[in-house]
Amino acid sequence: MVPIKSLEEKFQAAVDAEIKIEPKDWMPDAYRKTLIRQISQHAHSEIVGMLPEGNWISRAPSLRRKVGLLAKVQDEAGHGLYLYSACETLGIDREELFEQLNTGKAKYSSIFNYPTTTWADIGAIGWLVDGAAIMNQVMLCRTSYGPYARAMVRICKEESFHQRQGFEILLTLSKGSEEQRAMLQDAVDRWWWPSLMMFGPSDKESTHSAQSMKWKIKRKSNDELRQQFVDATVEQAKILNVTLPDPELKWNEERGHYDFGPIDWEEFWNVVKGNGPCNKERLAARVKAHDEGAWVRDAAVAFAEKQAKRRAEANKVA
Amino acid sequence: MQLEYTLQIADNALILGHRLSEWCGHGPILEQDIAITNIALDLIGQARSLYQYAAEVEGKGRTEDDLAYLRIGTQFRNTLLVEQPKGNFGTTIVRQFLFDAFHFAFYQELCNSKDETLAAVAKKSLKEVTYHLRFSSEWVIRLGDGTAESHEKMQTALNDLWAYTGELFKASDADQWALENGIGVDLEVVKKFWEEKVSEILKMATLEQPADGWMQTGGKQGRHTEHLGYILAEMQYLQRAYPGQEW
Repeated sequence: MVPIKSLEEKFQAAVDAEIKIEPKDWMPDAYRKTLIRQISQHAHSEIVGMLPEGNWISRAPSLRRKVGLLAKVQDEAGHGLYLYSACETLGIDREELFEQLNTGKAKYSSIFNYPTTTWADIGAIGWLVDGAAIMNQVMLCRTSYGPYARAMVRICKEESFHQRQGFEILLTLSKGSEEQRAMLQDAVDRWWWPSLMMFGPSDKESTHSAQSMKWKIKRKSNDELRQQFVDATVEQAKILNVTLPDPELKWNEERGHYDFGPIDWEEFWNVVKGNGPCNKERLAARVKAHDEGAWVRDAAVAFAEKQAKRRAEANKVA
Repeated sequence: MQLEYTLQIADNALILGHRLSEWCGHGPILEQDIAITNIALDLIGQARSLYQYAAEVEGKGRTEDDLAYLRIGTQFRNTLLVEQPKGNFGTTIVRQFLFDAFHFAFYQELCNSKDETLAAVAKKSLKEVTYHLRFSSEWVIRLGDGTAESHEKMQTALNDLWAYTGELFKASDADQWALENGIGVDLEVVKKFWEEKVSEILKMATLEQPADGWMQTGGKQGRHTEHLGYILAEMQYLQRAYPGQEW
């Protein structure tokens, strides 16, 4: 038997040489577990993320917006599907992953525990939330696990379209009436800080970061990605003529980056722990869809079995 | 009358598309969530083409959004079937199948319309509706012939929705005018296809076809069920709360 140590060395050498790890390759247990946790969290985020935006499908203000939003939320279902499939290559099935989500064992991005109370929130999610997600996802296109990296390439293409669509919703509001501009500013006020929190705790506090960097699951730290997002977004905010709700936001010539104020990590951890405005509703909606769909899934399985039996009998007769 | 006829077709597509969109994010299986949303997108797309045409026919400067968002319930011309609530997944599938079988035959006939725009919309839509009918037929069979529970749910949905099928084939004044002018379709021809298709699929699904009793009508004349008011209250909310703005 090959000693574990040499397998680990071989694995790390492949990672260092930028050779993608594929489902049938040997990998350390911890690598597999980390990936299952991360990819499933990501998949769950796509699925739970359908809810806050789905909240406005029936109230979208024009037919063009209705179609755009419906297609966008559908894309997220598609992303969930790619990611669950990527996760399944690691030896866990979708039903078990749903079980983990529905029992609260698995996490999803906390940003989706905030409510969408006005139409401008749909634009703000596209611009800020998808914008923040893209920073992370672009990096993940080069992640060390092959199926995850390939899923991300497809997802990134669609996400950047979503972000433009969100920005365009806001741009329209910015050119609209006083009421529309107030709606826009209010949405930005509410979504800005939670969007910065999406990158996760500061590098000093992040528990999984160092190992994930070594395995090249991650390639940039939380703080690096957050900075990249702030730098890109401040410029876009000028076009929208909105004020980002941070008085400390200022260009730092020396660093070549924008400085920004301290993040309220207490709020972040509070929402992670389940005390966000919509944690209960989001999970309840997922559990309801799953439970109420059980008879449909059972019937589909029963029918497939009947069909297989009928075919077998027909073959026997023939 | 041409406006009225176009709106009849468009309103069916919009209201059913809107109803289907209620499933987005809440479907029983991820793949079916995506499929139902696809159908919703097709239908709303069809509605848009038809409203744009209706606005042009009317010639009063109204837009597709004016027609969708600024008419009141009594001005909507959709059939009662499409405004029925989504219910459980079985209700949605039965509602969809009963309408798809009609929609398919309707567009097939409308391809021969003398009105070039309507014929073009019909040709394009027929491709989409061919898929819709295949999807809903397969699910009627799967759930009808699945488990005892699924069979019962499907039979209940079928019994409940049956009273809304007669209206699909009952010609309104606009239907009559369109047929006489070579623009519309012969609903008797559509009905023949529908009856054959429905009976074939229900048989495969081991579902019992309900007897033709009293049929509810009125949608094509703007006399709707209570459900439409709520659909419009939700759908038109922003346009009503902030009149005359760009979105």
